[in-house]
Order: sequence, then structure tokens, then C-alpha cells
Amino acid sequence: MTPKKSIYMPTYQLNVNGKVHSVEASDNTPLLWVLRDELNMVGTKFGCGIAQCGACTVHLEGNAVRSCSLPVSTVGEKKITTIEGLSEDGSHPVQEAWKEIDVPQCGYCQAGQIMTATAFLAKNPNPSDEEIKDAMHGNICRCATYNRIHKAVSTAAKKMV
Amino acid sequence: MSSTSNNIKFNRRAFLRTSSLASGGLLIGFNLFTACRPEAKPPVNLADLNYSDFNAFIKIAKNGAVTIFSPNPEIGQGVKTSMPMIIAEELDLPWNMVYVEQGHLDTKNYTRQVAGGSQSIRFGWDALRQTGATAKQMLINAAADKWGVDASEIKASEGIITNAAGETLGYGDVVEEAAKLEVPENVALKDPKDYKIIGTDQVNVDIDKIITGQPLFGLDYKVDGMVYASVLRPPAFGQELVSFDASAAKEVLGVIDVIEIGEKAKSLLSKEEINWTAQLSGTGKVVVIAKNTWAALEGKKALKAEWKEASPLESTDFHDKKLNELLDGKEFATLRKDGDVEKAFSQADKVLERTYESPFLPHNCMEPMNFFANITDDEIHLAGPIQTPEDAAITVAELLGRDVTDIKVEMTRMGGGFGRRLYGDFVYEVAEIADKIRKPVKMISSREDDMTTGVYRPAIKYRIKAAIKDGQLTGYQLKEAAINGNMYGLIPNFFPAGAVENYQVDVANYTSNITTGAWRAPYTNFLAYAEQSFFDELAEEMDADKIQLRLDLLEKVKGTTDERIQYSPERLQGVIKMAVDKSGWGSAPEGTYQGFVAYYCHNTHVAEVADVQIQNGLPVVKKVTCVVDCGIVVNRTGAINQVEGGVVDGIGHSMYGNYAFNKGVPEASNYDKYRLIRMKEAPVVETYFIENELSPTGLGEPTLPPAGGAVANALKAATGKRVYKQPFMLDKEIWKVTEKPVLG
Ligand code: FES
Ligand code: FES
Repeated sequence: MTPKKSIYMPTYQLNVNGKVHSVEASDNTPLLWVLRDELNMVGTKFGCGIAQCGACTVHLEGNAVRSCSLPVSTVGEKKITTIEGLSEDGSHPVQEAWKEIDVPQCGYCQAGQIMTATAFLAKNPNPSDEEIKDAMHGNICRCATYNRIHKAVSTAAKKMV
Repeated sequence: MSSTSNNIKFNRRAFLRTSSLASGGLLIGFNLFTACRPEAKPPVNLADLNYSDFNAFIKIAKNGAVTIFSPNPEIGQGVKTSMPMIIAEELDLPWNMVYVEQGHLDTKNYTRQVAGGSQSIRFGWDALRQTGATAKQMLINAAADKWGVDASEIKASEGIITNAAGETLGYGDVVEEAAKLEVPENVALKDPKDYKIIGTDQVNVDIDKIITGQPLFGLDYKVDGMVYASVLRPPAFGQELVSFDASAAKEVLGVIDVIEIGEKAKSLLSKEEINWTAQLSGTGKVVVIAKNTWAALEGKKALKAEWKEASPLESTDFHDKKLNELLDGKEFATLRKDGDVEKAFSQADKVLERTYESPFLPHNCMEPMNFFANITDDEIHLAGPIQTPEDAAITVAELLGRDVTDIKVEMTRMGGGFGRRLYGDFVYEVAEIADKIRKPVKMISSREDDMTTGVYRPAIKYRIKAAIKDGQLTGYQLKEAAINGNMYGLIPNFFPAGAVENYQVDVANYTSNITTGAWRAPYTNFLAYAEQSFFDELAEEMDADKIQLRLDLLEKVKGTTDERIQYSPERLQGVIKMAVDKSGWGSAPEGTYQGFVAYYCHNTHVAEVADVQIQNGLPVVKKVTCVVDCGIVVNRTGAINQVEGGVVDGIGHSMYGNYAFNKGVPEASNYDKYRLIRMKEAPVVETYFIENELSPTGLGEPTLPPAGGAVANALKAATGKRVYKQPFMLDKEIWKVTEKPVLG
């Protein structure tokens, strides 16, 4: 149920990219909008809002989650990593592979793709082609850069050994 | 056939101007489309940089660094990288010394600044080369003055100017002097053999920002004090707002206000002949203004509104019936007529007639529609993703009764376009909102808003009829029944026009209240599948080899003097032969079935072969071999990306894309009900380019239309059955297994 105006906005302490941020938000606000609107971290994208496209993927304690469907009130002290916090300077092997393969077209889905890929490779550093497809199947790329996403994930895997 | 020679005559004085910058260095303003006024002058302060007279600029700083302000909006087709590559080539610079920035639109004058129709590179090719070459010549002339030698003794390459004695100067060393020189005429362009940048692989210039999540897109655009707006539009096409109750919405935490918009659009609609890109609707709309996006979206959900039926609410069955009536009827406009098709049919040994159907399709840009506006008495500041910034500015001026010179449009990167962002409906909405609330505001559509209040690819049916006599194709008739408009331009003159003596194209349409418009590769995105499926079947009927039939028909077009025929039979034959060779056509392994297509559209010649297997009763497209003749390939990696994307997009929509209406209401509103192609369904795409030195043509669209046809022909080979309707997976006759959308 949507909170009424008479209720004060609760405050949350969120651990994002290694820093604790204090934010005010109604408790059902998805983490996605807290990141984008309150913390000005706009790398995490909005695509569908119903956990179907993966554009909003972030890491929660290292697991890839859909931030559009994760109410801020359920995050607690868990560590959140966003695309902005993946590396200081774009030097994560997955980011480097994305650059090497020149993956993006419009680029809008790519932060979500990269976040899904990094969480996946952390758990499965030496994936087969089929495993890569399974892992990335949940992320839509409307520009259909799938061939290159696939190539970049396997390139990154090789970089990470 | 066009070549790399200059087939456009530039009025160089009008097209190029230089000046010295207040900060030091040289600024070159140029106009890609030569529409600027002769008295135009570029600014001397970068802050004054505008696009009123010139739509692109090059800045050469004293340290030799070059910044190119890229004129065309970037929707993912790569022009922000490839267009500057062309300038840098002729300017003769190492690519790593070039910085690229997106230019903005000033609205005092207008030039072509549109992304659409794969035209950016085609129109820009000559102008961009001229600009680079002219700038280089000015730098050489300045160095010649400095050294007191003749310019012909000087060479410039890789950003260094060298004289006969071996002395050198950097470009930056002579920019101040160069800025004061006359703009030279008749500057020689490079021989394509000497290209160092064109034809190489240059990574997307925004790559670092994309992979680190920096703000780039309209949705990321933000200013201090900005509020968020969510718009409640009629749930059904044909409805209009009667009244609304905002009390629950106003209770939502973070909601600031609820307003109504629409009167301005309505009054403009009633008095003006509006531009084709101006998708204005005449209904009232309810807008929730909030402190953040979530509150705006939640507030919208809490609104209660009453709607009335202003025009009949249409369903898919109804459209189906209407289109059939049109095809069966007599109300056609004839777009091309050669010989006498009726006679050919009556004298034929055999007549083949087939009908092909396609549904409406939403664009589903990954970034939902959104736009920013801030309106004061002095200025209208618009910012966001739009493919037609000039049209948007003109319409906003008319809408608000303001002077167009008050308007500044800032263009952001676009999270996809596919034709959707040619239409400025969301810009007019935010303009009305900002005009009312007088605060910086961003309108954001949810996915549901975006998908259900779109500008759709219209549902279309084609009926194709062929006459066969004595083993020859003697007649060919294409009938189109479409919603809200018909094929345009040179499409009626595409192959096999010119190859068949008796040939006719007839069109008819039904006007619907469902908004429709351009969708990546308009008309051909479906027509290619229809025609190429028909061709396959025609070859079977004629007992002819599928490839040879196409080659033979093309042979007849050679040497044509018909100017409407813009496809080149030689180039189409070229891609066909290479595709046969590269795909292993005819020698697919057991269990793999191939489908062939050759098609020309958007000035580019393409042949594709799809390899399909049937697994668990369902088709899997394993591989597509794609051969493209787009002239000179400017940026190879970017070009391959476009080709692959077009092919996979084409397959996805022809296999899965379906958009039905029930009493005016779209049946799907998000990705749980609307299926887009995903990783596991995407085939490997193998891309080959025909190497030649012809002027480059665009790649954003032409590989998409053939893909559906190649798959349809492969499905026939695999199952023995033909699909006559998109999306292919809906055909219950063929696919006994009912497939559920694969969810994320
Ligand atoms: S926006 Fe979260 S999955 Fe689509
Ligand atoms: S690059 Fe455009 S949606 Fe993936």
C-alpha cells in the first residue's frame, strides 16, 4: 500500500560502493529510484520496472539483483555495488572486455549487462558458451548486441584467469 | 551509380567559415547540408557556439588537439564516431588526437539534423570530406606563409606539416594564422587507397562513459530543483478525458501536484496543418508532478479518471477484416505500372497468388520516452533524446505561441530510436507541463506508458500475384493494404521492378485512430519477408533454382535507363554470389536448413542466408551469413555491430513480435507479455562486406528487412510449410508445441 502523506519519510542508511549514504525515501521505493534520484548515481538504468529486462541490475552482497523490484526497506546493511563502483576507472576486466569488443550500440542496457556478467563470472570464472547464454538470457538488449555481449563475457573470463 | 567523386557542388563560401577563437586556436564552422546563409559567421567564443548557421564545428586548439562537435543525434547507429572519422581522415590526424562532442541545436535557422532513414552518412560523406580537406589546406597555406615557400612544397600528415627542407610544424602552431586566411576552393580529396582512418576499427567514442555508468541519456539528465512528471493518457485509442479525481494521488508521499494538460495541443490541432513528426493528441491528460520518479509513477497509479469514446475503439479482428476488404476491393492507388499485368495473368500457364500479414509493433526503445523542459519568459530550454530536434522546436513554439528563437534544444544520447524518437509527442507534453508549472521538469514514461501509448509500426497485408508463361515470369503484381498510410518514395521501384515486363504496385489504406509511424526500415521491414518468401515459392512453381532465378531476373535490369530504379543489378548479383559462397549454400550439414534472401533498401544491397535447426519441435536460428554492399565501410567495428543488430532484431520481431488491440486497448504492456529476442535465441551473425570504393550508404536499417525472409525460407526447408503471417511462432499449424515467452 502506498504510504500516505501523514507518514514521515523514513531514513535509510545504504552501503553503496563502499560508502554509507543516508537517504529519505518512502519504504516501498525501489532501490533503483533511490540510486538514481536521491544518490545521483544514474548508471543503473530503468527499463521495465518489473524484473524482466535486467537494465537495473546491481550487486547485493555480490549477487546480481534487479534493483527496480527491490524495495529500499529490504536492503538493510547489505553491500550494494553499482556500475559506478565496479572499478575506479573502468578497469574491471569485464569493462575492459566490453571496450575491447566495442559492444554497445545505444549503450542503454550495457550497465545492466556488465553487472550481470561480473556477478556471473565471479561465481563461474571459466564458463562454457551455453553457461554464458544462460547467465545473460535475462538481460534484454533492444539493439541486439548479443553476439558481442557473448564475446565480451568470454574475453573477460580469459582476462580474469 | 554514384562514386566517390564529388557529385554534389558545394557553394564553399556558404558552407564553410573559419574564425580565431577568443581562447586561441581555430574554429571551423561548416554546414553539412549547405543550407546556411552566406552572411553567416561562426562565433569567436565557444560559449556562443550555436547551430543556427552551421550544424557542425571543428576546433583546433593551439596544442594541436582537435575537437569535433558532431552534428547528428546519436541513437546507437554510430554516427558520433563514424562522421568525425571522415573529417579526421581528410584533415589527416591521428585518431587519438580527436575528441568528439555532441552538438546542440539552436533554433534561429534550421538545417537537416535528423537521425533516421540511414541517411546521415550518405548525406554527410561529401561535406565531411570537403571540410576536413579544406581545413588541412588552410593549415598548409598558413605554414607556407610562415616559411615563405610555396604551399605545393608542403605536406601535412598525422597532424604534422613538413616542408621540402624537412622542417616541421604542428597543426596547433599555425592555427592562429590559418584562421585569418581565405577559405580555399577546389581542394583535392584523398584517394581512398590512401585512407588511414576510414576502414579501420574505431571503438564507440562514448565507450568509457557507457561502461562506467556516467550520465549520458535523457533519463540521466538533471538540473537543480527539477521535479518529475508522469502522464496519464487514455487507456484506449479513441478515448478522451472526461474528468478525474486526484485526491488519492495527492496523498502519495512525494507528490507535489496534479494538473491537466492538453488544451494547447487541442487548439493547435484545430487550427494548423501540423508537421508529420508532430504526434499531437487532442485529449486531456492528467499529470502527476512529484519530487522523484517513484512518487510520480505511484501517484499516477492512484489517479482515477473517466474517459469517453471520442472515436470507435478498434480491435485486431476489425483491422484484419478491414485490410482483407481493402485487398479484395478495388480502391487502389497505383504507384507503378509497367505493361499490362491483367493480360499477363489471363495468358499465363500458371498464376501464383499469396497473401502475407503482419501485426502492429511497438518500438520498445530500451530507454523509455522522456524529456526535460524549463520554461521562463525569456527562454524555453528543452533537453533529451529526440531524432528530430528542429521539428520539435518549431512545434513547441507554435504550441506555446512563442518565438522559435526562444528555444534551445540540448540533445542527449538516446537509448535507442528505431523511428520512435522521430515523433515529438513527449516533447509537446513536457512543454505544456513546464509552461504551466514554470519549474524545471522531466516527464518520464514507465515501460507500460511507453509501450501502450506508442507510435506503432502499422499492421499491413501484402498480396503478391505472379504470372508464369513458358517457364518465364511474365507478370508481377504487389498489392498493399495498410493502416494509416502506404509505402512511399522509391519502394515501388525496388526489385523485381524493371525485371518483369508486366509489373504493377497498388496500395490502399484504412485510417485508424491508433497512432502509427516509422519503425526501423519502414515498410520494407515486412515487405522484404513477403516478397522474398514469395520468390522462393515462385522458384518452386517455376522449377527454377532459387539463386539462378534471382540472378537471371537481375540480368534483365542491367543497363536500364529507368531513373526510378536505384538498385544496382550488378551489386545485388555481387552480394548474392558472395552469400552463396560464404554460407556454404546447398551443402548444409544434416539437420540444418537454409533460407536465402537478397534485398535492396536504404541504398544498400544485402544478401542473407539463415541456418535453422528444429530442436524439440521448435525452430532455432543457428547462424545468419550476411553479405553487405554499403560502399566504403567507414568504421568497420561499428558497421559490423549495426549489421549484427539489424539481423538479430529482424529475426526477433518476425518470430516473436506481436501487438494486438482489444477495443482500442493494447493487449501487452510490458516485457512479461511482449516478447523481445534474447541471448539464447540470437544466432551467430557472420558479416562480410563487398570491398569497393563507392560512396558509403547507411547501415542502421538495411540488414533488418531481409532477416525475417531468410528465416521464413529456412523454416519452409525445415518443416515443409510456409509461414504467411508474422510473428512466425504464432502459427499453431506448424508449431504443435505452444511456446511460452521465455522470461528473464
Ligand atoms: S528495470 Fe529492472 S529488470 Fe527491467
Ligand atoms: S545497446 Fe541499446 S539496448 Fe543494448
